[in-house]
Amino acid sequence: MIRSPIALALVGLSALAVATFPRSVLVFLFFQGSLLYVFKARMPEPLRWGLLAVSLLVLMPTIGYFNSYYLEVATQVGIFVALALGLNIVVGLAGLLDLGYVAFFAVGAYSWAIFGSPHANIIFGGESFPLAGWWFYVFLFVGLGTAAITGILLGLPVLRLHGDYLAIVTLGFGEVIRVLANNLDKPINLTNGPKGITPILRPPTPFGIPYGEFFYFLALLIVVAVIVVNRRLEDSHIGRAWEAIREDELAARAMGVSLVRMKLMAFACGASFAGVMGVLFSAKQVFINPESFTFLESIGVLAMVILGGMGSIPGAIVGATVVTVLNLQVLKGFSLWLNELKNAGVTILGFSLADLPTQFEPAKYERMVFGIILVLMMIFRPQGIFPARRRQRELAH
Amino acid sequence: MDVELLIGIFPQVLLDGIILGFMYALIALGYTMVYGVLEFINFAHSEIFIFGAFVGVEVLLGLKSIGLLDGLPWPLVLVLVLVAGMAASGLLAVTVERVAYRPLRGAPRLIPLISAIGISFFLQDLIRLVESLWRNAFNLVYPTMDVLNLRFELSETIDVSVKSLVVIGGALLMLWALHLIVNRTKVGTAIRAVAEDQAAASLMGIDVNRIISLTFLIGGAMGGAAGVLFGVQYGLINPYSGFIPGLKAFTAAVLGGIGNIPGAMVGGLVLGLLEAFAAAYLSLLTGGAFGAEYKDILAFSILILILIFRPKGLLGEVVRERA
Repeated sequence: MIRSPIALALVGLSALAVATFPRSVLVFLFFQGSLLYVFKARMPEPLRWGLLAVSLLVLMPTIGYFNSYYLEVATQVGIFVALALGLNIVVGLAGLLDLGYVAFFAVGAYSWAIFGSPHANIIFGGESFPLAGWWFYVFLFVGLGTAAITGILLGLPVLRLHGDYLAIVTLGFGEVIRVLANNLDKPINLTNGPKGITPILRPPTPFGIPYGEFFYFLALLIVVAVIVVNRRLEDSHIGRAWEAIREDELAARAMGVSLVRMKLMAFACGASFAGVMGVLFSAKQVFINPESFTFLESIGVLAMVILGGMGSIPGAIVGATVVTVLNLQVLKGFSLWLNELKNAGVTILGFSLADLPTQFEPAKYERMVFGIILVLMMIFRPQGIFPARRRQRELAH
Repeated sequence: MDVELLIGIFPQVLLDGIILGFMYALIALGYTMVYGVLEFINFAHSEIFIFGAFVGVEVLLGLKSIGLLDGLPWPLVLVLVLVAGMAASGLLAVTVERVAYRPLRGAPRLIPLISAIGISFFLQDLIRLVESLWRNAFNLVYPTMDVLNLRFELSETIDVSVKSLVVIGGALLMLWALHLIVNRTKVGTAIRAVAEDQAAASLMGIDVNRIISLTFLIGGAMGGAAGVLFGVQYGLINPYSGFIPGLKAFTAAVLGGIGNIPGAMVGGLVLGLLEAFAAAYLSLLTGGAFGAEYKDILAFSILILILIFRPKGLLGEVVRERA
């Protein structure tokens, strides 16, 4: 097996390179790429998991110690991986296209933001808020529950809808949540409107770990939990019922699958992952406002699921990583690089880069990235980069 | 509560509602015609609409820069801008269909919808990119034409601007032309035949692909006209300002019965009026507790309720669910 030494060498070299050039985006992308290689290449399982564990538990925090922005990127990747895995249940497994998914993320985020900040005093009166820091850990579960209930509440009225009508209704629902978050500063001030809520309390960390590392490890822990739950669900009778509904609703019902229960469960499961990450997100950001929960975010998560492959767990992980890194690093990196070239007065083919319009900022084109991903994948590879195993088996015979 | 104020603003609100309603009706036609022939929600129609507005502003700015904006008679300028916006949006719609929808015909229903969402996002940023490179700005202001801002005072509380008359007149003209095309011409018969039954239509010697392209062309042109009128009426446009009106227009199409052309017009007017009244009266009637922003929630709630309880809409085209 040539692949195992390659993997070892790649991880070692890239980690060393990052340590040598902690400011280079390209080198960090190299590190991420080698992790991807370890994740997908054929090699003994213990080696694969060992390498991944060392990289994520030791190398990544070490890199973060030298350049905290990379830790921030890694945490963001973790948040989006969990979101993509949640949406993957709804869209990929159960086949219910949810275009308002970010609403559940918002529900989780606001649940901690309100009670973990002095804002709750405005609602309930008194001086008892913010809650003590350790409540954050309780609220991880409160956020999970609240989001799941919201998922069921959304699911109930739309049970009869399918296909594109369901998609549009969930889109409308997402917009309603955003408009509510924007306007519920009166008659009762629940969300503080567009001004948002701040300061949101951060929890006490075990062993006094700094917050950058703390949120990274917490996100990683949640992601691992979500992956385990996902794996277990996928192979359970619930997962198979979901896929039956996706493939043929009528046949599934004839086989005794309870459509109501299973669809509601899909919405609740998908929503709960987003809810947990919402709580983490609000504590990490210290400040949230409705701008973080727009239709753009919903489509971003959808693009991650589509890119990786609907219904595929590795697909959702890789899709979320690639898209997040594209947005946070490649687009921004390109912007910075271009600015440096501009300032240095570089000319290309007689065209001075300094003459480029100031409004042309490559960092701002995430919609274009999402759009291109969605269209190209639909036309050329609707099953995604890493198709779901069960789908592959279906196509085999 | 000031009852006199409530009654006093009524005619003005009614007028605003009618203008908004015609705008929605024009955009809704694009959604409903495409849905009629393909049973497919053309999610990118909102960008096809705003593209018309951008072509319109470019033509106006172009005329201004060569000094013809005030040199030509204003009706001619308006016609020029409208025609340019319609042609551009119509061609864009045809191109989008050719590139992103046609290869996916026959695929499971969600696949073309996702592709359409992708196109929608792509076009938003493409418009931004082009305008940023070309003008170094992507929030554009429609150049004012003095004639359009003339106002007639009908009474103390109502005045009508030439602009709003132009918008209403333009919309009526478009709707009338569309009615003639669809119901009085051979091409219109072919469109209706394809909507009814593609296979049978193709057996009758109708080139289905050509008719589908034509449907996109006509629907897109209507969207482009709406875009120009939108710019003339509201003045300020940016690449993302088509999205919400597009969604509302889709609501209007569903409200009237998607696939149903008169339905789109009725739905557009109803929604426009509801929204104008909500925007004007909600805040007054609730003592400021619920502001005008709740008009959006009203529109989306209507969409959700109609889809759940009466998916065939007010005028009731039968909706076939294809698995």
